[in-house]
Amino acid sequence: MKQHTISVLVQNKFGVLSRISGLFSGRGYNIESLSVNKTNDPEISKMTIVTSGDESIIEQIDKQLNKLIDVLKVTDLATGDFLERELILIKVATTTKDRSELIQITKIFGGKIVNVHKSELAIELSGKGDKIQNFIDMMSEFKIIELVRTGRVAISRRPGPTEDYSNL
Amino acid sequence: MKSKKIKGAEIAIKCLERAGTKTIFAYPGGASMELHQALIKSSIRTILPRHEQGGAFAAAGFARATGKTGVCMATSGPGATNLITGIADAYMDSIPLVAITGQVPSALIGKTAFQETDIIGMTRPIVKHSYLVLDVNDLPAIFAEAFYLANSGRPGPIIIDIPKDIQQALAVPDFSCKPSVRAYQSDHKIDKSKIEEIRKAIKQSTRPCIYAGGGIIASGAADSLKKFAEGYNIPVTTTLMGVGAFPENHKLSLEWLGMHGSVAGNNAANESDLLITLGARFDDRVTGPTATFAADSKIIHVDIDISEINKNKKADIAVIANVKDVLDELNKNPEKGTYTDWLKQVNAWKKEFPFSYIPKKNKILPQEVVESIYNATKGEAVIVPGVGQHQMWASQFYKYSFPRQLLTSGGLGTMGFGLPSAMGAKIGLPNKTVINIDGDGSAQMNIQELGTIHSEDIDVKIVILNNQHLGMVAQWEDRFYGSARGNTVLENKNMKRPYPDFVTIAKGYGIPGREVYKKEDLEDAIQEMLNSKGAYILDVHVEYQEHVLPMIPPGASYKGILTK
Repeated sequence: MKQHTISVLVQNKFGVLSRISGLFSGRGYNIESLSVNKTNDPEISKMTIVTSGDESIIEQIDKQLNKLIDVLKVTDLATGDFLERELILIKVATTTKDRSELIQITKIFGGKIVNVHKSELAIELSGKGDKIQNFIDMMSEFKIIELVRTGRVAISRRPGPTEDYSNL
Repeated sequence: MKSKKIKGAEIAIKCLERAGTKTIFAYPGGASMELHQALIKSSIRTILPRHEQGGAFAAAGFARATGKTGVCMATSGPGATNLITGIADAYMDSIPLVAITGQVPSALIGKTAFQETDIIGMTRPIVKHSYLVLDVNDLPAIFAEAFYLANSGRPGPIIIDIPKDIQQALAVPDFSCKPSVRAYQSDHKIDKSKIEEIRKAIKQSTRPCIYAGGGIIASGAADSLKKFAEGYNIPVTTTLMGVGAFPENHKLSLEWLGMHGSVAGNNAANESDLLITLGARFDDRVTGPTATFAADSKIIHVDIDISEINKNKKADIAVIANVKDVLDELNKNPEKGTYTDWLKQVNAWKKEFPFSYIPKKNKILPQEVVESIYNATKGEAVIVPGVGQHQMWASQFYKYSFPRQLLTSGGLGTMGFGLPSAMGAKIGLPNKTVINIDGDGSAQMNIQELGTIHSEDIDVKIVILNNQHLGMVAQWEDRFYGSARGNTVLENKNMKRPYPDFVTIAKGYGIPGREVYKKEDLEDAIQEMLNSKGAYILDVHVEYQEHVLPMIPPGASYKGILTK
């Protein structure tokens, strides 16, 4: 079961998200992560969906997504070279004893301290999923108070837009 | 001159008129009465069904019979939920339907208001698309889009949910706006190289078989299919939804395939070396386990819906296009094969295993009733069955020769389909004899539509093959559960006669009818029904005695077909 990152351009209309999530749930397909927001064109939103399944499942997901009236373009990024990022915000408990160690690890990972309290630090970090996971593993040596992690966003590495929809 | 502002409800009805709607099946309620008020002033004929489900089936029945988009309407809440089964049925069989629902005023949405349901949410998986109208000015564009989507590409049902305040809001309608469905593709250019691939595959084949589905009927390709089959000399089996797409009395016809289909159709599809799939979708009632279906065949799959390709069965050659365009292209220069051995084999199957039954002395068999109707109507009637054993017999023993002649609930298999669908069909085909062949179980699921039929003077003939059982389930009980009856008996032991008395019920609705118990009365009774002016009900007592055969048991391949 290979993981796939699927980029879906949709018309920014009422109820689109539920049509898409219903398409997955109605067929017993799983969404591992999902992120949605407007693109530079306010009429169009982009969803990045991480899912997994065998070849025939991914083929059906692609075709069923394409069948939705509000979907403009579906691109399976697994088939190309792409950049992907996730973002976390994490609150970690700290004392004077371990604070500098915590800051040091954050620096190594390229994270940012975004809020400081005498007994805890809030850290922001973005990166590929495995890097994020490594960081979370490191942080679990301390006491994680709270963690939020976004869905994946992705974009192709080649020049030009990930998907061309100028003809639509 | 300054344009006059009119109510949203009036705009909606004007939209229907502009879309060419002549008849709407609509049941009023608090959240849709504005629309009904607007209908009073409209040229559209409003037919009041006696249940919203009947209205949905009638609208879809009209669409099945004519190919035009059917329209039904209901109020919010229970009115809307009552439409759902009809919408699901239309979705499964790709029937163009626009369903309009009233909704509570926008300000009350989400407040658990009286008769509020999230009908858009509830129907999401069973519609092609749906709209909740939030601005009165959007109505013209939404209706234009809805009708365009319903009846283009692969047809399907569309819902438009209109809150009451939108119906009451005043606006000057702008009908010039175009539908904006940016990525939706209703037409597909044919890739010429695919046509060549198909021609080559046919040329290399020694055992080709055409497997034609409802797509032939939806795209109006029956003539093209006939030309194709004759031009290349390839036998044709259809799906249940494809019945009528190819004349069943044609020498290349193998009738229909699947669980209760013909032996010849099933054998030919499975033992072919090339299966030419045209507007069909490898439904499990056709294929059984897909791995063993047409296991050694090269599969050609032509469909307008890309998601059908490789969904149930992997295609060797896939063409995403309107099946009519593909056939017309292939018909430009046909290459007639001889396939001597193959056609000999196929004809031997046809001869050895026709749809058949063993007549009984002094007992009316359901199959005989269908045959008698076939003879009495010279094979020209439109047949609308319910769902169950009688549906299979109606499909087996009436021989169909033109598209839209058998209107049946294929995908969803909805009991109660027959009577209201026949009613809608008759509205669309006023010059045809429309016969609802029903079971006593199915008939009771929408029997209230007798009221609509009589009030609206709709000339539907109703024949009930009355066996006092839910016959299809009883048949499975006989075959797989040692005949233990799990709530499949409809007879009432306290009554000294078959139950209920359908003719008396019909009488209450003002519809004449007759019961038939004796074989010698059957033909006369059918004639009386056909000669009667207006609706007529014939309650034929056939006893529970027959199984639908052939039968491929669930999970078995075509080799496991039972013929007795």
